[in-house]
Amino acid sequence: MYSKKLARLAFGLLAESTFKCPLTRSVSSVRTLCSWTVCLHHRQKNPLSEGFSRRLTRLNVRTVSQTTLDPAEVRKFQAMASKWWDLQGEFAALHSMNDLRVPFIRDNLLNVHGILQLGKPLAGLRILDVGCGGGVLSEPLGRLGADVRGIDPVEDSVRTAELHSSYDPDLWERVRYQACTLEELAEEELEGFHAVVASEVVEHLADLDAFASCCQQVLKPGGSLFITTINKTNLSYVFGIVAAEQLLRIVPSGTHDWEKFISPEDLERLLESFGFYVEAIRGMMYNPLTGAWSWQQSTAINYALHAIKRKEEPQPGQVWAESENLDEPGRATNYS
Amino acid sequence: DACLRGFACSERHEESSASENQLFDIIISGGGMVGTAMACSLGLDPNLAGKKILLLEAGHKKEMDGVPETYSTRVSSISPGSATLLSLGAWDHIANMRCKPYNKMQVWDACSDALITFDKDNLQDEMAYIVENDVIVAALTKQLQTLSDHVKVQYRTKVVKYTWPRPYHVSESIPWVQVTLANGKTLQTKLLIGADGPNSMVRREAGIPTVKWNYDQSAVVAVLHLSEPTVNNVAWQRFLQTGPIAMLPLSDTESSLVWSTSHQHAEELLQLNEESFVDAINSAFWSNENHSEMVETAGSLFRTTLSVLMPDSGSARQLPPSVAGIGPKSRVMFPLGMGHATEYIRHRVAIIGDAAHRVHPLAGQGANLGFGDVAYLTKVLSQAAFNGKDLGKSMQHLLEFETERQRHNLPMMAAIDLMKRLYSTNAAPMVLLRTFGLQATNALPPLKEQIMAYASK
Repeated sequence: MYSKKLARLAFGLLAESTFKCPLTRSVSSVRTLCSWTVCLHHRQKNPLSEGFSRRLTRLNVRTVSQTTLDPAEVRKFQAMASKWWDLQGEFAALHSMNDLRVPFIRDNLLNVHGILQLGKPLAGLRILDVGCGGGVLSEPLGRLGADVRGIDPVEDSVRTAELHSSYDPDLWERVRYQACTLEELAEEELEGFHAVVASEVVEHLADLDAFASCCQQVLKPGGSLFITTINKTNLSYVFGIVAAEQLLRIVPSGTHDWEKFISPEDLERLLESFGFYVEAIRGMMYNPLTGAWSWQQSTAINYALHAIKRKEEPQPGQVWAESENLDEPGRATNYS
Repeated sequence: DACLRGFACSERHEESSASENQLFDIIISGGGMVGTAMACSLGLDPNLAGKKILLLEAGHKKEMDGVPETYSTRVSSISPGSATLLSLGAWDHIANMRCKPYNKMQVWDACSDALITFDKDNLQDEMAYIVENDVIVAALTKQLQTLSDHVKVQYRTKVVKYTWPRPYHVSESIPWVQVTLANGKTLQTKLLIGADGPNSMVRREAGIPTVKWNYDQSAVVAVLHLSEPTVNNVAWQRFLQTGPIAMLPLSDTESSLVWSTSHQHAEELLQLNEESFVDAINSAFWSNENHSEMVETAGSLFRTTLSVLMPDSGSARQLPPSVAGIGPKSRVMFPLGMGHATEYIRHRVAIIGDAAHRVHPLAGQGANLGFGDVAYLTKVLSQAAFNGKDLGKSMQHLLEFETERQRHNLPMMAAIDLMKRLYSTNAAPMVLLRTFGLQATNALPPLKEQIMAYASK
């Protein structure tokens, strides 16, 4: 029983990564492999191929969406759909992590903006969910009233997410998905979002500088950045690598690279160098027996971080009033 | 961006080609006291503002412009806890219409002199309120009208079928509960709340197993005219051989009768003419013919002992006011039973009130248990909404409701059932046991306070 739970823990933690990591063997579609190769190019930051690969990704996206899905794809897609949204399945840990992440994001945003509308506390806010996967985090944020854009380089995940949210008209209006990378989005949406959420994503990126830079670009001044990730400690090695990959072999070895884990101190330093100040860091812990997450003092394994993009010219009241998304009449502006 | 969404859009059109397939966040099936209270409670919750809520009721709308002169026969004893819940607006309407607080309750045995009285100190505070069921529903309906922007009600609407969704998301199947009405329309909802009474269709169709049995008893209810006006603030209940008879105050001149007895006796009572019926009632409360000598001696011995150990603990037995007549056309009977659903929740379904638990009226707790369900379920759904959860799918929250309410309801139901059985027999050992038990409990104020506190929640 323990191994199953631990396995679920590991798989849950690594879930979103499985679909993004180019080394994974589980996806067989050639088309998607293409897009991952493109991602690989991105990560290697080859300046020559960057422009080319970006165009390739765009081309890829358009081509895929115009062809009809073949039955094999549909089946795989459907199989994945049930995996993402089965609350007792492999992604159970990600779903139960919502019990921590959603209040964390919600309360911190409420601290900054105040309650905008009863019943929809995040109404009027534009949130970007980077590495949204099947939409596990995007949906609750959408239900709380935010305008959510979920992006993920993996087409299949995005389609899963779209299908799942298509049944609920409320969600359909508020949550949009896009299969693209953050770099691509950063070009289109300069200072377009009130908040960026990158949950269980940072530990899979090679180039954190580029990530931080893009986040800085897409965020409005004073906007919030929420990150949940894994610390780089002995403890996280034991649980995240040894137990999950080598002992239980749930995920192919090499899916998670301990070297890519980052400690909260390093992350904080990095973000500060890109114009953020870190407002809160909290430790999280998963209990594989109950399947529940809880906050804890120690950030030794998992942690959540909230950073705010510094406003260049601090003019309280001016910056937000010019934003095109906050168009509710008579809304009280409320900043920290 | 548009291309990507095109694929998903066309799929969606198949399911919702008719936009009459309205999707609600919550549908409540059953507009009785508990169902209407649930609708009000959800409508007033700030975290649920903006959710689309619908109440379906098979009967017609119960409005009361002015209170009718005659009292209706079906009444409920509303505890302070329930009054607090209803005080979200509805209680004001009730207070403006009609309700009767009472300060004391005397419960005694027909087979002995044992009695127990409950009162809040010195008859100052109100213990509970007797309110006609019609008044409660009308008050809640009035409250509901102020919430009509997001809580809709459909009266004269009968449900013929429920279709349950699969717990796993399978594409091309609708993930919501579908409610098919008698007029052919189908509604969809993310969460269905069943408040449709002891013979709940929601519970039946959801396949929730129920533990139930019929007491071989029916209750006869009537409105009584007292012989003379009195400060009528005491509730009386006497355990007869055939079942408990209770007199609940409605006003200074009228009281409500709830007489639980065997089916046969109940039918006989209904056949009696008014005079004989009144005589039967008075004699049921007053006569001592069932006392046995042995029990009387034992009882008085025990009482003397208790009064030595704990002076000030006894109460003098008082007699209820005598009855002179009954309200016109007010005698009705209905069968009694016990029922408990083993589960209160399923995927996207919750049941509350009599649909979940049905009790004997001897403790006056039926409505209160239902209102307790309403309060807790609202709290749980409010929390779920504030966390952005899909209300019907969040089993964690629904389970919390079920666990908490079963923990509260089951002991109460067991106690009521036990009381019923204990008092249904004339066997001397049982009579002695309950005589001693009643007297002992009466002598222990802390214990009585605990009982009252539990019943007032």
